[in-house]
Amino acid sequence: MAEATRPIPTNAPRAVAGPLDWVRRNLFPDWRQGLLTIVVSWLLLRAVPPLFDWLILEAAWTGTREDCVAAGGACWAFVGARWGQFIYGFYPPEHRWRVDLTMLALVASIAVLFLPRVAHKGWIITGAFLVLPVVAYVLLHGGLLGLEVVPTDRWGGFMLTLVVAVAGMMGALPLGILLALGRRSKMPAIRIFCVSFIEIFRAVPLITVLFMASVMLPLFLPQGFAMDKLLRALLGVALFNAALMAEVVRGGLQAIPRGQFEAATAAGMGYWKMMVFIILPQALRTVIPGLVNTYVAIIKDTTLVLIIGLFDLLGIVQAGISSSAWLAPSVTTTGYVFAGLGFWLLCFGLSRYSMHLERKLNTGRRR
Amino acid sequence: MPVSRDPDPMQPPRQPFWTRSRIRSAIIQVGFVALLAFFVHFLLSNTMTNLARQGIASGFGFLENRAGFDIAISFLDFGRNDTYMRAFWTAVVNTLVLSVLGIALATVIGFMIGLARVSPNWLISRLAAVYIETFRNIPLLLQLFFWYFAILRPLPGPRDSLDLAGIVFLSNRGLYLPKPLLDAGAQLGLAALGLGLVIALVMARRARRYRAATGQPRRVAHWWFLGLVVLPSSVWLATGARLDMSMPELQGFNFRGGMVVLPEMLAAILGLSIYIAAAVGEIVRAGIQGIDHGQTEAAQAMGHTRGQIMRYVVIPQAMRIIIPPLTTQYQSLAKNTSLASAIAFPEIISIIAGTTMTQTGQAVETIALAMLFYLTVSLFIAAVMNFFNWRVTRLSF
Repeated sequence: MAEATRPIPTNAPRAVAGPLDWVRRNLFPDWRQGLLTIVVSWLLLRAVPPLFDWLILEAAWTGTREDCVAAGGACWAFVGARWGQFIYGFYPPEHRWRVDLTMLALVASIAVLFLPRVAHKGWIITGAFLVLPVVAYVLLHGGLLGLEVVPTDRWGGFMLTLVVAVAGMMGALPLGILLALGRRSKMPAIRIFCVSFIEIFRAVPLITVLFMASVMLPLFLPQGFAMDKLLRALLGVALFNAALMAEVVRGGLQAIPRGQFEAATAAGMGYWKMMVFIILPQALRTVIPGLVNTYVAIIKDTTLVLIIGLFDLLGIVQAGISSSAWLAPSVTTTGYVFAGLGFWLLCFGLSRYSMHLERKLNTGRRR
Repeated sequence: MPVSRDPDPMQPPRQPFWTRSRIRSAIIQVGFVALLAFFVHFLLSNTMTNLARQGIASGFGFLENRAGFDIAISFLDFGRNDTYMRAFWTAVVNTLVLSVLGIALATVIGFMIGLARVSPNWLISRLAAVYIETFRNIPLLLQLFFWYFAILRPLPGPRDSLDLAGIVFLSNRGLYLPKPLLDAGAQLGLAALGLGLVIALVMARRARRYRAATGQPRRVAHWWFLGLVVLPSSVWLATGARLDMSMPELQGFNFRGGMVVLPEMLAAILGLSIYIAAAVGEIVRAGIQGIDHGQTEAAQAMGHTRGQIMRYVVIPQAMRIIIPPLTTQYQSLAKNTSLASAIAFPEIISIIAGTTMTQTGQAVETIALAMLFYLTVSLFIAAVMNFFNWRVTRLSF
């Protein structure tokens, strides 16, 4: 009440531009916020320089474990020494060019996706979607075209993280679309199956699905029919994420106005023709940001494969810091900081891309 | 008049019966169910054959057998002579305790981060953004490893432990806290505290109804003071005013007395709540920004302070936007407790799908048990949050 009865200030208005005004408005709007700013700045001044020292100035950039222990900062020498393993796992060094080539193909496909104007973009992406898995399998696994076979237990590190993530994304999207369509189907048998599949897989943690894939799947298959451990994990990841994607796609399907379905039916289209040419192109377009967010979740979830004994980026870092040659607290912390930075760059980049897409796709709809 | 033999142009041409939509739909469904049944039968018969070949009896009979292992953290009494069934319940309680503590802490941190994110203070809002973007974009498993292997495990031993005023000790053996030993008087005091809380809540509710009916505010602060301070302390004083604490004391190589939060538990709680809090913060920010700015301006025009606007105008409306995605995050936290098995926290996965499965070989049953548990928890959280959602979305008090 005291506020309301105060006389209207009569002095001239204060400057409303310039850096000084910005500081006053954003850091010291009143005494409470000002105090908070001062306290937080002091804490930051206490915390950031030591962190900077640890990461950069006092870090050991080359050498062995002993140099790291002597340096007292981060142990980047460890990352340097294990770099090859972190990227390629136990992939034979003389065959690493095959991994590089696969990554190049992946990056090229993604680049096409990012570029704003490319002729026949849709066809190129669809082609990449179909061809890339085959190319990746032939190059990475070998056994064809005179390439030596590299068994999947030699795969690891960042490369395995990418394999699991990309295979998870590519396998989950078509399955997810089918599940989403099935959930909206008029046929009760199919609808009930899809709803139960989606709800069960959404309610349990990925670990149980991975355990199921790694322990129960061999029991399910006929005797003598062995399935590769990595393939089983990929199957688990794809099924789990298909359920998540199905819910995202369902959101897009629900956003399509009824008139679109009716118009397509009136034009004499059957169910699949209507879905493939009219409904899904619009539905998927609206849910691209949601799909990219699911991709971020998939990348983060790839780390769980280490629990069933595969060495992804985190798994290989974990193995590296537990090895006796590099046993030191600073090595442990550096390893996690390095792996964290790697995942952070991937996930942060993707989520920024998703925001950018959201803004770009909105331009046509903004009123 | 001769009846025309020509087909009636108003009738659709005759179709083969299988293209009629109802019949086609029935055929597709019967085919789908048959295929599914065949697939399930194929899997089941394979499983039976494989189990028989390995000499594993199926069924849940193994739950009555002696477990023969110890559980480092348990809120139930558990020894190696107890059954697998009791091990399962111990794991269930551990998981639930972790989930509840994690959810509580994640909510507190998350709301603080979300409010900081919309703060007018640029520095605070930037820091909250850094928090959100850092912890949201790093895998939870990595964060758990970091807290456990990089922070808590390399801490000094009990002799050189970090201490807070000689009461709380943090070392590589865990966090040692004083433990109150409640005698009869103190228990009565606690009961009085509960009673006081109920009285204060009832009075606050009556005041709210009175205000809704008449528009007149009614003070309830004195009821809170009476219920939470005067009543319990007078009961406690009347019964002798004794409060014994068991203090952690260094004896030999470790602490005795007090109570301990083991590093596994501490890392699991920290990792889970900090990770989920980033998502909660983002949800709270979106909820607050989802409220029309006109609401804030109207409240400002009526002379309310910033704190009052937040508390009485913005947050109550924002809750309607916040609760549905918050439910998803709570479910996700409950599911993510499974990752704590990687840092040796004895929850469902490590006890049931880990130790029990390895010892008994009952892969199908143990994983089914674990899945059933998570399914139940997810449904329970959804039910509770739906009730809460119903409470905040209905308009009257």
